[in-house]
Amino acid sequence: MKPRLDDEDPDRLYTITGGRSRVGGGSLDLVTLIVSESEPTAGMQSEHARILRTCRRPTAVVELSADLGLPVSVVRILLCDLLDAGVVTARHPRPTHSPDALPSPELLKRVLLGLRKL
Amino acid sequence: MAYGNSDTAARAPLRAGARHGLKIVVVGGFGVGKTTMVRSVSEIRPLSTEETMTTAGVGVDDTTAVRGKTTTTVAFDFGRITLDDEFVLYLFGAPGQERFWFLWDQLFAGTLGAVVLVDTRRLEDSWYAIDRLEHHGTPFVVARNNFGAPRHTLDQLRDALDLPRHVPLVDCDARRRDSSKAVLVALVDHLFALSSAREPTP
Repeated sequence: MKPRLDDEDPDRLYTITGGRSRVGGGSLDLVTLIVSESEPTAGMQSEHARILRTCRRPTAVVELSADLGLPVSVVRILLCDLLDAGVVTARHPRPTHSPDALPSPELLKRVLLGLRKL
Repeated sequence: MAYGNSDTAARAPLRAGARHGLKIVVVGGFGVGKTTMVRSVSEIRPLSTEETMTTAGVGVDDTTAVRGKTTTTVAFDFGRITLDDEFVLYLFGAPGQERFWFLWDQLFAGTLGAVVLVDTRRLEDSWYAIDRLEHHGTPFVVARNNFGAPRHTLDQLRDALDLPRHVPLVDCDARRRDSSKAVLVALVDHLFALSSAREPTP
């Protein structure tokens, strides 16, 4: 049985992230899709290897967080390592320019089409 | 209350061409049916995870705030709907209590819009969420989750919520897929109308 996140040992999270608590930019959205560009290598940190295996197909940051049983902020740190190493790429959501910026009617039409097919 | 979901193998992966992640937030008080709604339309069993936030000094260089630095953890559920080869929509269930809002401000930046799920037995749970979404300029619809026959008309509910006329208010049964789907369609229809109205006229 997997440990609940609530009971997570802070020391373990510290070890996983190498003691880092934040990353520059914070540009990885919950729904940024991550894609592997390489296979895991021997000796790689197990969380890194697991991300690479999962992301053979595009996987959202928030899904990785649920899969790994790690808070989103910790997953962001792990992903920054992999992005820096060039072994994953990120497909970012469309930028929203301001809080009241609405998506284009064209995009919303696509969303409606998709929903109606449900 | 995060459950760490390890059955990746049991979950269908996204399409290889998936490129654009979109977000809609379902917000409401405890027990109103947020997860039920996410589950009824999601193509995957809802997953749960959590975010930790350092409350002081978030996004600002205020060194005086460091003294009061605390870490808060919030759990949330989500589901997923593949819209087409490139677009995938994530639905997040978010508790609407006041103390969580500074977290949602960050977690759900860039969301398409929100569904406020209302339990008429606990209307007060919805007031803060509605107020906050309006303040933020986040478009939303309000859905009354029906637990049995409604005792009030939607107009009465609109008055009780002090909800402006332009905000759609609908009934739903969050357990039913077609009903939850209709709520999402109502939200996107609303967004479409807002967005079309704002397009520059030629």
